[in-house]
Amino acid sequence: MYPITTAHYIALSAALLLIGTVGVLTRRNIVIILMSIELILNAVNINLVAFSQALHNLNGQVFAIFVITDAVAEAAVGLGILIALFRNKETVLADEVDLLKW
Amino acid sequence: MLTPELTQAISFYIFAAMVLAGAILTITRRNAVHSALFLIVSLMGVAGLYLLQQAEFLFAVQIVLYIGGIMVLFLFVIMLVNLDQAAKEKQFNGQWIVALVSVAAVGLQVFWFLGKGGAAFKIAQPGLLPAASALGNTEQLADVLFKEYLLPFEIASILLLVAVVGSVVMAKKRI
Repeated sequence: MYPITTAHYIALSAALLLIGTVGVLTRRNIVIILMSIELILNAVNINLVAFSQALHNLNGQVFAIFVITDAVAEAAVGLGILIALFRNKETVLADEVDLLKW
Repeated sequence: MLTPELTQAISFYIFAAMVLAGAILTITRRNAVHSALFLIVSLMGVAGLYLLQQAEFLFAVQIVLYIGGIMVLFLFVIMLVNLDQAAKEKQFNGQWIVALVSVAAVGLQVFWFLGKGGAAFKIAQPGLLPAASALGNTEQLADVLFKEYLLPFEIASILLLVAVVGSVVMAKKRI
């Protein structure tokens, strides 16, 4: 239980990743799917910082900065797509966007 | 007695509870605004974990960029698109049982291996940076970022430029 080791951070990160995956796989609302992707990226960041701390090496934290940059770009583009989708199809539910479905 | 280790453990469990409770509430709420607010709680927990691991720069980035930037963007979009109709409908799709079962299987594997081999991560205990350098976390990070990772840094700036242009093009009615 205590002291807190790297394994604790990894367990927390794995739990957060699984919760985010459940959100991506089960929700219908695209806004909440995008939020779940943010949860997954945060789980990755917890892992990177924990290993950076355990190995006494700052490369992990630099990688976390790049992951945050990608998360920003992903959120901006994803929400732009969502606005374009809502304008054309009047829906934000992922399974109602089935133009390519046979 | 409150030793430093005990304080660290208590803070870790508080922040972990914040992260996990916020995440679970994020993916289960019907109202997207509530989801966004619980996501903020979760992100603040992650920020606290960064602070606990002496990653002060990432802590500031998490607060300013994630909670201040991305979450405001999310709330703007939630108010821009009309979510009232979506809130009345079914919130989970038909494959939720399959999804839950497969995620539970992956989770069982991950936690089983962590329980078996978690001790292998004891390369060094976190929380005690030995680099007794006079420089703080931000200065050290800047050194690594601008010396070893200068090219990826510039590529990331181009990626952000592309994302800005792309999202404007997609959200605009007529170009």
